[in-house]
Amino acid sequence: MTYREALNLALREEMRRDPRVFVMGEEVGLYEGAYKVTQGLLKEFGEKRIIDTPICESGFTGVGVGAAMLGLRPVVEMMTFNFSILALDQIVNSAAKLCYMSGGQYNIPLVVRGPGGPASQLAAQHSQSMETYFYHVPGLKVVRPSTPADAKGLLKSSIRDENPVIFIESETLYAIKGEVPEDPDYLIPLGQAAIRREGTDVTVIAYMGMLYRALEVAEELAQEGISIEIVDPRTLRPMDTETIVSSVRRTHRCVVIEAGAGFAGMGSEIAAEVQEEAFDDLDAPVARITGENAPMPYARNLELLKTPSKAKIAAAIRKVCA
Amino acid sequence: MAQTKVALPSARLDTELARRLLTQMQLIRRFEEKAAEMYAMGKIGGFLHLYIGQEAVAVGATSVTRLDDYAVSSYREHGHCLAKGSDPKRIMAELFGRIDGLSKGKGGSMHLFDKSVNFLGGHGIVGAHLPLAAGAGFGIKYQGGDQVVLCYFGDGAVPEGEFHESLNLAALWKLPVIFICENNRYAMGTAIHRALAQTEIWRFAETYGIHGEAVDGMDVLAIRECVGRAVERARRDKVPALIEARTYRFRGHSMRDPAGAVYRTKEEVEREKLRDPLVIFGERCVKDGALTEADLKLIEKAVYDQVDEAVAFAEASPEPPPEELFTDVYKD
Repeated sequence: MTYREALNLALREEMRRDPRVFVMGEEVGLYEGAYKVTQGLLKEFGEKRIIDTPICESGFTGVGVGAAMLGLRPVVEMMTFNFSILALDQIVNSAAKLCYMSGGQYNIPLVVRGPGGPASQLAAQHSQSMETYFYHVPGLKVVRPSTPADAKGLLKSSIRDENPVIFIESETLYAIKGEVPEDPDYLIPLGQAAIRREGTDVTVIAYMGMLYRALEVAEELAQEGISIEIVDPRTLRPMDTETIVSSVRRTHRCVVIEAGAGFAGMGSEIAAEVQEEAFDDLDAPVARITGENAPMPYARNLELLKTPSKAKIAAAIRKVCA
Repeated sequence: MAQTKVALPSARLDTELARRLLTQMQLIRRFEEKAAEMYAMGKIGGFLHLYIGQEAVAVGATSVTRLDDYAVSSYREHGHCLAKGSDPKRIMAELFGRIDGLSKGKGGSMHLFDKSVNFLGGHGIVGAHLPLAAGAGFGIKYQGGDQVVLCYFGDGAVPEGEFHESLNLAALWKLPVIFICENNRYAMGTAIHRALAQTEIWRFAETYGIHGEAVDGMDVLAIRECVGRAVERARRDKVPALIEARTYRFRGHSMRDPAGAVYRTKEEVEREKLRDPLVIFGERCVKDGALTEADLKLIEKAVYDQVDEAVAFAEASPEPPPEELFTDVYKD
């Protein structure tokens, strides 16, 4: 099953299970989703539960928050996560904080989902890692699912969660295939990392496109005798620091890869956590391999320079293991 | 369909109704005066935006709704929350930052919420609660209910994109939301003509093909009549409306702007105070024979006592314990 189909299945299963769940966003119904994630949903569930919105991200995200206050479980699609900046106030100031500001009277079981991260020659406004804007915010959960099975299990958990969840998929992963459990109650708990490859010399932390790049590099470096363990955090908030740190305690080295610009990025946070928790276990400083600190360029050659390449990743790992 | 309505002379005022409306307006007035005192004494911190002068809007509008209808407001929401039926003691405790406050002291003056009376909150970002109101309207329809939503905001929210997004969505999807713009003529210190190309705010309804109406925001009976019709239509036909209640805030924008004197003249403020909604309605009640001067005094006394009790309750309530810092960030 493809990653796209896994998401579609998760939505169908949760909508069949719970009449409070509905999907709202630009082109999710008649057009069947800009990236076809909602294909066939209008036919199965009708206009009441699959709602095409005008282009007004702040407006319809706020509608999701208001509906959640009345006990519904909205799934709001961002056609791409780049557009979520227009809804940032509703996500950060409304969705994330109403539970706290109301002393627990109103929790917001809202999922905001859609593709994010670097795409292919979409230039600066349509090709960026948006998770950074959200994982800083207490009250939000942030998910980045890297495999088709995770796409299903994590989306279902996100929809069943009582809190607002930012669920960022990837345009470049929609077509990848993998085994996906058929169990309609297949759930992956939020806040649980996965070890994608076991190894003994260095812990590499990566997700989404960077995970697949890291897996290829690990195969290559195995030929050189470097044994790489790869941890996929899956949920960025809450972060499964325990799995990351216990891996580092075994390998004594840590490399974080992220596609987004590095300044104050996920790598900075993980590096800080690792040195706080496992400083004495480290044989080398934690290394960060990040996207360059520039907007995404359009020109293909420049675009390739912007995101960490396999060569760059391999070189950094070799250096840490030297 | 869209037009400025002049309040029609109503039938003789019913004593019970007169007593109820006046008591609520007096309660809000006294609560706000007391809150200002408590702020000056350092019992209340942060921002405090008083509703004094605008009481008729919240009281008149709420009086034509049911308890299970919803209301949502901005950060100038003490009056709406009181009118909706929240306990003044718990509101005052919230202002004091105490554990018995509506939000256990974690929301404060700008963020009153009371699920027990369907009060969906005080929201601190101008315009941001209008989409929430549309969402509540959406939720009502989705659940097959017949409630309505009253959404209060100031003229300062009208230039915001979310005002227009929300009116468009509510009109497009036929949502039972009454958008009540309390036009007090100043967005903080910016006069309406310096902020809006169209200062007749009710006219924005025409753009979205919904009912729009301006009403004297100092006349509680006019507001009842105007909002009452909108509520009836919204409940029956699932349609929104935009009502512009022309009012005035007698105090400054917040306690940090106590006089509100930099951007408006003293003469203007004094002139507007002659339209005091409590005085106008009190006189009307006596003139109509619904209440006596003695009744007015009794109401005032009862309200003073109620607000004093609220302060005593807030004073006696403990501060939230340290562990409250981390509760309610997430719900399990």
